[in-house]
Amino acid sequence: MRVQPLTRDEIARRVGRDIPDGAYVNLGIGLPTLVANYVPSDREVVYHSENGILGLGPAPKPGSEDPDLINAGKQPVTLSPGASIFHHTDAFAMIRGGHVDLALLGAMQVAANGDLANWATNDEKFPPAVGGAMDLAAGAARVWALMEHTTKNGSPKILERCTYPLTAAGVVDRIYTNLAVIDVTSDGLIVREMVHGLTFAELQAKTGAEIRLANDWQTIRA
Amino acid sequence: MINKVVHSLAAALSGIRDGSVVLIGGFGSSGIPVELIDALIAQGAKGLTVVTNNAGSGWTDVAKLLATGRVHKIVCSYPRSSGSVVFEQLYAAGKIELELVPQGTLSERMRAAGAGIGGFYTRTAVGTLLAEGKETRMLDGQEYVLEKPLKGDVALIKAELADRWGNLTYRAAARNFGPTMAMAADLTIVQARRIVELGEIPPEQVVTPGIFVDRVVEIGAPQQTGLQ
Repeated sequence: MRVQPLTRDEIARRVGRDIPDGAYVNLGIGLPTLVANYVPSDREVVYHSENGILGLGPAPKPGSEDPDLINAGKQPVTLSPGASIFHHTDAFAMIRGGHVDLALLGAMQVAANGDLANWATNDEKFPPAVGGAMDLAAGAARVWALMEHTTKNGSPKILERCTYPLTAAGVVDRIYTNLAVIDVTSDGLIVREMVHGLTFAELQAKTGAEIRLANDWQTIRA
Repeated sequence: MINKVVHSLAAALSGIRDGSVVLIGGFGSSGIPVELIDALIAQGAKGLTVVTNNAGSGWTDVAKLLATGRVHKIVCSYPRSSGSVVFEQLYAAGKIELELVPQGTLSERMRAAGAGIGGFYTRTAVGTLLAEGKETRMLDGQEYVLEKPLKGDVALIKAELADRWGNLTYRAAARNFGPTMAMAADLTIVQARRIVELGEIPPEQVVTPGIFVDRVVEIGAPQQTGLQ
């Protein structure tokens, strides 16, 4: 059977279905940002931006961008009715104090114990940059990692131990990839969903840590 | 009579000494005090330590200041943004020291300096390279890392409205680091788009109270940093 990995938008759509009504959510740069496009419209979700915004709205129409209204990725944004603006220290108190319910973060590597690496490789050519990644990973009430299941050359990104420098230790609750949805539990990595056509053995072969299949596992509906 | 309004950028920046720690507000394209940075360049202080979230983009504002060679150290969370060529060149050449600080820790360290707090324990960066060499402590079964206050000699901030007492409002998300940096520096210098009479800003809408501000200069049509 031919395996159909999820596209980036399909991953975002799958994650969007799991965003609870009423949640305060911080969307990381890249793939996580797409999730806002796919949260079911009957749910009221408040998006947080580290530079001092609660209540991000849709992207502005071309020509109406405001350089003073941007998100963490420095992209222009709009405000939803009910939005608020505050200063940086409060924005990070919301993160570091656990008030933000859920952080969706891109990941370079996730370990079986929930360690997250998403801010630095071991490449000395580039100056390091961390932004709010460590605050979000350590502070948000729940952290979901969104990523391709393997690197471009097929190496696993889910590992027993991260080889890249950690962003935070033991923080990831759930991993969404283009192949599977995996919970990080005290009993190890539990596969909740897999894409159509993929066998568990094939998924294990693409994963650098032991995984187990939940009894009630399902095929991912993209 | 209290009057913090000065009538030129030169007066606003006067007296900044070599070796100062300069806090510069702004995040990406929002809230960069471009005219104050240009005036700092004209003022000529050197051997500076600059504390700011990004290391500038292109050849303007923070990047322009770095390009003068008068900044020996930058403390920031995200120096490598799109178009941050000046910083990357200086860094590669070993001509600038970088202290990388998680963004929330950067902000909270300045708040601590402004609030008379001698340090604080945070979970951010525990178990990472950015906590190496720092004291850690278990509190209620959770590991924390000790972070020290980060105080400025000078803060440069962009505001929307100001009055002669130094009360400030900010436009949209240009607020970002402004209120925290204003309280964290010995000399807080503000460029405001408009200076208004005392009382014109409704008290409930004052964002930075004037007690944190030392000098205000009106820049009616500030240069806007472009979207990056």
